[in-house]
Amino acid sequence: MHKSALYALQRTLPIMAGFFPLGIAWGILMAEAGYGWLWTGLTSVTVFAGSLQFLMLTFFAGGVPVVTMIVMALLLNSRHITYGLSFIESFRRYGPWKYFLIYSLSDENYSLLCAFRPQPGTDERTVNVLSSALVVLYWVAFTSLGAALGRLITLDTTGLDFALTALFVVILLDQMRGAPTLLPAGIAAFSAILCLLIFGPAGFILPSLVITVAALLVLRPRLARATAEAGE
Amino acid sequence: MATPAGYPVLIVLLCAACTQMERALPFLIYGRRPVPSVVRYLGEILPMAVMATLVMYCLREVTFGSAAGYAPQLIAVAVTAGLHLWRRNTLLSIFGGTACYMALVQGWPGG
Repeated sequence: MHKSALYALQRTLPIMAGFFPLGIAWGILMAEAGYGWLWTGLTSVTVFAGSLQFLMLTFFAGGVPVVTMIVMALLLNSRHITYGLSFIESFRRYGPWKYFLIYSLSDENYSLLCAFRPQPGTDERTVNVLSSALVVLYWVAFTSLGAALGRLITLDTTGLDFALTALFVVILLDQMRGAPTLLPAGIAAFSAILCLLIFGPAGFILPSLVITVAALLVLRPRLARATAEAGE
Repeated sequence: MATPAGYPVLIVLLCAACTQMERALPFLIYGRRPVPSVVRYLGEILPMAVMATLVMYCLREVTFGSAAGYAPQLIAVAVTAGLHLWRRNTLLSIFGGTACYMALVQGWPGG
């Protein structure tokens, strides 16, 4: 147990380092939107999905229809559907902890689970459950701290909301690197510009996503082949 | 600011439900039938398309009437992308790009 806990702490340290500035930044933005540390922390526990939580700031600002919110939330996190596929067998050995691992299956915890290598004197289940729990704890703690600090900060934070744009640009570049085809990004950008011209900034997102998903389904034979060839 | 009431709670619950449903989906339908191949396909192909759409969503208020309407955003996106292609350090790219944007909007003439 002792060795497992140390190992879990050690392997989650890089994630802690990454969550610190991002969690603080999101917390400050929540404070600016008028939410306290408790509300911010509870949102982190309930949603526990970093990029969606940044996107939610634009929902809190008001004016986004509920249907649009649901579609955006589902599509933003659609990658999570594929995460569970790798663990359908192995999570059976975790008893009730299985539900905790599914709840906390974020990008970071997925990568930790995939990267698990047995260490002498450690128990795989203890290490994985503790690692996931630590990652949740870091995120909740840092976002709450950010919201508490945000109330005290008198700095001019105009423009800090660009962190959302920068986050999405960085994720997009990472996804494009080594991708078998860049067509999905091209279709999405084209569809977004088209819908912005037709519907304007307030109502473009839903039609744009619908057109993009439809185009990807129509092009499935071609794109699935490209993906499969790259995977061989 | 008004005390958070019903609307923010609805947003949090909706976003939590959507996320948890997707994380649990493979476990829920396994055993009864295999994950439909179209779901698997969308799970693989959608992320890049959605992320490109979200970048456009963040830039939706850009206007081309005056330089203040587009220059800060486009310069900061270029800085973010440039930093990321150069160093591949997520935090450096996000904070470099955001600092650049903050400097531009806070110091922009007449901005």
